[in-house]
Parts: sequence; structure tokens; C-alpha cells
Amino acid sequence: MHQDKNKNSKPFACYISHSEPGPGDAGRTGSWRVMRPVIDLKKCIPAKRNKPACFSCWLYCPDGVITKTVPPTIDYEYCKGCEICAEECPAGAITMVEETRILMEEE
Amino acid sequence: MHIIEAGNVAAAMGVKLAGARVIAAYPITPQTPLTEKLSELVDTGEMDAQYIPVESEHSAMAVCIAASSAGARAFTATSANGLLYMNEQLHWAAGARLPIVMCVVNRGIGAPWTVWNDHQDAVSQRDTGWIQIFCCDHQQIIDTVIQAFRIAETVRIPVMVCYDGYILSHTYMPFKLPEQSEVDRFLPAFEPDWSLDPGRPENLNTVTLPDIRPDVRGNTAPGYMEIRHDLQADLRRAIDKVSETDALFSEIFGRGGNPFIEPYRCEDADYIAVAMGSVSYQLRDVIDMLRKEGVAVGSAGLRLHRPFPDRAVAELLSGKKSAIVVEKALSYGYEGALCTDIKAALYNCEKRPAVKNIIVGLGGREITTKNLHDILKTSCEQNMQQESPLFSGLKI
Repeated sequence: MHQDKNKNSKPFACYISHSEPGPGDAGRTGSWRVMRPVIDLKKCIPAKRNKPACFSCWLYCPDGVITKTVPPTIDYEYCKGCEICAEECPAGAITMVEETRILMEEE
Repeated sequence: MHIIEAGNVAAAMGVKLAGARVIAAYPITPQTPLTEKLSELVDTGEMDAQYIPVESEHSAMAVCIAASSAGARAFTATSANGLLYMNEQLHWAAGARLPIVMCVVNRGIGAPWTVWNDHQDAVSQRDTGWIQIFCCDHQQIIDTVIQAFRIAETVRIPVMVCYDGYILSHTYMPFKLPEQSEVDRFLPAFEPDWSLDPGRPENLNTVTLPDIRPDVRGNTAPGYMEIRHDLQADLRRAIDKVSETDALFSEIFGRGGNPFIEPYRCEDADYIAVAMGSVSYQLRDVIDMLRKEGVAVGSAGLRLHRPFPDRAVAELLSGKKSAIVVEKALSYGYEGALCTDIKAALYNCEKRPAVKNIIVGLGGREITTKNLHDILKTSCEQNMQQESPLFSGLKI
């Protein structure tokens, strides 16, 4: 909740820092990332079996940026690149790729 | 009704009349009798409040922050090293815009260990974003505590009510006890337009990015710099609110009138001695003595230390021959912090007085009226101070 800054209509309605649970309410943290998790769908369990299964990445992600879908997807707008998903994936389907390498390939 | 009580009890009665709902405190000399009195009032049921004994001053302020965030009127009190131990949480309370009220019973800072009075504790916390008001007697203590809650809740900035350890906290003085019905008329119930609600979970003051951002609802949320600019702007605007609060208080209780700086025999004075707290009243005796000797000197007690009432200070001192700033604290390595503030306030005046700085009473060194008389007389007579700041009362 952020109050109206119109000091005339409401004196001392001040700015304070709130955030509510939801995507991006702590800001676009994707820019903090140095390493990007990339899912290899040939190894990913739900992708390979084409049905809901495993979802360890979704469960362990501390930022809630991985979807519980087939296949799982990662929201790079907010993923900070902490590497927990890659560490936890039982199939070894997630590898961390340097952002600079991805940027160079995009160019 | 007039009663005769100690300064700490005057403060406790003010907190009771103001209806604080959460009190969290850790005992420290010379604040202890204040919190003991409050815990007694809560224990006997005379006060409808939660008294939360904590293991440190840092925790005391953390409890007040939580209570205030939940919409409760919160109070704590401390002194000296206890205040310093709170330092991190003091910045937090101000940045979070929580209207907490705290009494600071002024005492010197160790090392070396001291339990006696000076102003180094409060002055060292000048830049935390709190409002700081100094009191000169017991009536001002109880009146200022009651006013502090109204000021804090109007501007959403916490307030420190500062008064001298022992000299005021432990001495007995008659003062008028305000009627509860009048206090209720002056201070409405605390109903913040926002408070923590478990039904609508929120994060408060988590990592706030350098830039603005769209929040979860798509509204623009401020970055750190907007929030801090807002605190500064509102502190400056709070100067008017302190004055308005004083005017309302005068209307109901018949006391007040000088919320920024209290002048004494200043109209026709060539020299004005400025001080904070009880020594500013002691100076009045010295002024009377010097006036009899033909020295055109007055005194002024600065009540509002932060936000600094620079206009009122400049108005009072502009055109005088000199301002003599008598202080019980230092910005070590330079001079008295108040002296620097006063010089800055006078910078844009056309007729700037010479500003002299005298340091007195550190760690409870007795400030005798004779000593004050002699040093003030010399300061008035000399164009330039030999040494600045000049320590008065040194014995070695």
C-alpha cells in the first residue's frame, strides 16, 4: 500500500517501504544474476515423462520464479541466479550458464 | 492540581496521561525510577498497558517498533550508553516513520564510565531522524511528554524528550498535574491510517532498491532516496507542527508559548547566552547578576534541537554583538555541535553576532553560578575568545 503523496489533501501521508507477496514486489532482481539456470528438457523429469512429477526446482526456488508446469519454466525477470535449483535437480537437468556468454551469443 | 515529585515521576505521569499502550524498557541510571514507576502503574492496574521487560535497550526499541507498527502507542526511556546501544534501531524507527516517544534522561558517555549528567548521549543521536526536545524543569517534562505523542502522531516521526539526569530526574519540584479530561481533549486516540494486519500480510522495510519500481499492484513504489527525502522534508515541516501543537496546548492548559527557544531578558541585550536543558534556567540567575553589574546580557534556552529551528534562532540572535553557546556536549575534534548549528543558522543574516563556545559540566562536573557568571562576563567583554571551545570548570 503506497499512500497518496498529495501533501495538501493529506498532510504527512508519508512514504514507507512496503511490499506485498507477489511477483516483483521486491523489484526486478533478474539484473543481479551472474549465472543463468538453463533447463535441459531432454533430462528434466516432468518434461521427459510429459506429466506432473518431481518439481524439486519449483519447490526449492527461494524466489518462487519457477513454474509448476510441464515443462517447468523460469522467470528470468526475477531469478537472481542463486543456483539452488541446479543443485537440487535430481536429474542434473539444470546447468548454470554465464550471462555474458548468453549475451555474446545473442549478439 | 499541583504535586511535588521527581522529574522521572513527572515523565511517568505524562506517559500515563497520554495513554501509552506498550512500554518496553531496560533500566539504566538515571532513567531507572521512570520505568520503575511505569511498571508499578501497570502492575497495580492504574495504567492499561503492556509492560514488556527486555534484555537490552536494542530490544526495547525493537519492541516499540513492532508495537507501533501494529498501531499501538509505544513508549520507552533510556540514558547514555543505553541510548547508544539502541542506535541502529533509532534510525530504523525514524525511517519506518513510527511515532514512538522516548525519554532520554541525559547522562555522559563512557569511557571513562560515568553515571552523571551531560548531553553527549542525546547530541550524539542528533542525526537519527528523530525529533529532539529538551526540557528545563519538571513542568516542561510532563507537558512535553504529552505534547510529544501528539507531535509524533501528527508528523509520523518519533520524538525524544530529553531532560538532565539527576539535576531534573532525581530532584523534587512542584508542578501542575494535567487533568485526564483535558489531556484527552488535547491528544486524540491513536488511530494510524495504516498498521500491520495479519489478514493482509506485507513486508516492511525490506531491501528497497535504489530506483523506483512498479509494485505488485502496478503502482509506482518509491525507492530508498524518495523515502529518505520524504523524512527530511517532513522533519522540516514538523517545525510548524511543533509550534501548532504548542499553541493548542497553551489554549487548553495555559502553559507554553516558546516551543523553539525561550528568551530571558533578550530584548535590549547586546549578548545572549544560549544553552539547552536545566543550565539554561540556571543562566537566568547569572543574567540577573550581570544585569545588576551593567552588562546588557540575556539568555535563551533552546527547546527544539531537531528539527533545528534555524529561523527562530536567527531572529533572536541577529543584530546582537555576540552569542555565547554554553554546551554540555561536543562534536569531538571540532566544537560544541550546537555552536556549529547556531553559526550555520546565522550565516545568511546581515548582522551576524560573534559566536563563542563554552563547554561546561561534562560527566557531572558541577556548574557553579559563580563560575558561569565569571566566564559569561569575560565572554561578553572580549571580542574574540582566546580558545574555542573554551572548557569552563576545569580544575587541572
